Amino acid sequence: MANGILVYIEHVDGKINRASLEAVRAAQLIAGQTGQEISAVVLGQGIGDIANEIAGKKLNSVYTVENDWLKTYTADGVTHALRQVIEQTQPALVLLTHTYEVRDFAPKLAASMNRVLVGDCISFRIENGKAVFTRQVFQGKLAADVVPVGDTPHFVSFQIGSYRGDESEAGQASVSALTVNLDADLVRQQPEERFKEAKAAVDLSQAPLIVSVGRGIKEQKNIEIVKQLAEAFGAELAASRPICDNEWLPMDRQIGSSGQTVAPKLYMAIGISGAIQHLVGMKGARTIVAINKDPEAPIFEIADYGIVGDLFEIVPALTAEAKK
Amino acid sequence: MKIIVCLKQVPKNDSILRINDQGNWIQDRDLTYEINESDAYGLEAALQLKEKQGGEVIALSLGPARVQSVIKEALARGADRGIHLEDPAFDKLDAYGIAAVISAAAKAEGFDLLLTGLQSDDYGFAQTGVIAAELLGLPHATIVMDVQPGDGSLRVKRELENGYFQWVSMPAPAVLTIQSGINTLRYATLKGIMGAKKKEIKKLDVTALGIDKAALAPRMEFLRVYVPQKSKQTQFIEGSPAEIAASLMEKLRNEARVF
Repeated sequence: MANGILVYIEHVDGKINRASLEAVRAAQLIAGQTGQEISAVVLGQGIGDIANEIAGKKLNSVYTVENDWLKTYTADGVTHALRQVIEQTQPALVLLTHTYEVRDFAPKLAASMNRVLVGDCISFRIENGKAVFTRQVFQGKLAADVVPVGDTPHFVSFQIGSYRGDESEAGQASVSALTVNLDADLVRQQPEERFKEAKAAVDLSQAPLIVSVGRGIKEQKNIEIVKQLAEAFGAELAASRPICDNEWLPMDRQIGSSGQTVAPKLYMAIGISGAIQHLVGMKGARTIVAINKDPEAPIFEIADYGIVGDLFEIVPALTAEAKK
Repeated sequence: MKIIVCLKQVPKNDSILRINDQGNWIQDRDLTYEINESDAYGLEAALQLKEKQGGEVIALSLGPARVQSVIKEALARGADRGIHLEDPAFDKLDAYGIAAVISAAAKAEGFDLLLTGLQSDDYGFAQTGVIAAELLGLPHATIVMDVQPGDGSLRVKRELENGYFQWVSMPAPAVLTIQSGINTLRYATLKGIMGAKKKEIKKLDVTALGIDKAALAPRMEFLRVYVPQKSKQTQFIEGSPAEIAASLMEKLRNEARVF
């Protein structure tokens, strides 16, 4: 009989991806209401330190799998290894954080076991003893309450930032090694070294004030008015992805899941609708100001101050006011 | 190189969405539609690969009669033919169901490369391409920025988090999910639009595809759909631009104390 929660721990270059601790925290909160046991699994090579760090969390057990084929992440390698771990440990719920890595393998893993993955959830609650998961649809404009259907294990991933990893409770879990079988036929992807395109010249993560521009600016030449506002504020200039894709600003100014993550005192979002990929990069800001013509834009969900209107009128007025 | 590119039709980005009477999805009526954003980049990637390598681009879409406009748009931009997967049984499928139908159609057609966008702008599962790869028994890569075809193999550039990238090689055929913004989308030319009228769109339903309807059973239930509650109370500032500017600066200085 399947029961318990299994949490997938992601790591790179010998370090835990801190986002995985958010799944640990989510598991602790769910278990607090359901009484389930929690285990965590670390796959890789030379992962003793990572396993020990995770074993310092309030969990029942930590499973480690050391295998040559898991030295570097591949979708095939992790899928087959994790599937064998699940078959050996029989969890009812597998929790993951919705990182790029999880997006790459988790749908395959769930499908290979003929099970459901409810992906990119933002919260859970227990209704009549059953977990209900909330996920965003239409790029955050609407929310949906969803329950997984069919046999367990159910797979659920939580959006980055949904739970506080630093609030995960400490404890002492036992660590035990599991064995899986992998070979060259199973692992078809051959990854090369990870690399960065260009050295990030600007470290926006330390900037106290950030003025950020998005698609609403319409044309490259219009960015000048936002630049002037940033200068008047003494703030760093940043952008959402479409601006950097168009090369209107360099990529090292990009905020979001594929760019930098920031938590400044002030984040001013100008003409940024607030796609999830952008929000995960800035929602930790202490004060958020949003200027957008669309009152329904998701950016207003997280803004402290909202201005619905024409940025081409409001931004120059703000610059003038800031210079007073 | 034979490329099948999957194109989902989604409500336009700026659509006003109304919840349906059951409270579990949106109302279909009065919506206008467009090609899902990342799928459009998948189509462009397919067309550019064909221009370099030769071969064929097949535009595939699943949905009611209205999705033919997406296929026609792809044909006008340069795709060679279309496949329209239409059946009442395909209504409101989840990611697994959509992947099951797409993979059945792709398998019957045969291909070197199956492309999807990295996620849809409506459900946003980010799963369809990866599940299709699993059901087809093929390797895959997600969040792909660049594709270099080799002899019976592929080398693709994946986007990772925090500004990292990675090249990954794998045998072909394979399934790739394409990131938005990786190329410059082309517009359909008048010649393209005229030429598209002569191109074939093959329609396939659940019987023609030989799909076991049990595979399409929902794996998740949408209990309710609603406008999200705000996690923060937003203060909206109104007035003339000058009044807004003065009021915001005052609040930032004295209330939020950021200056």
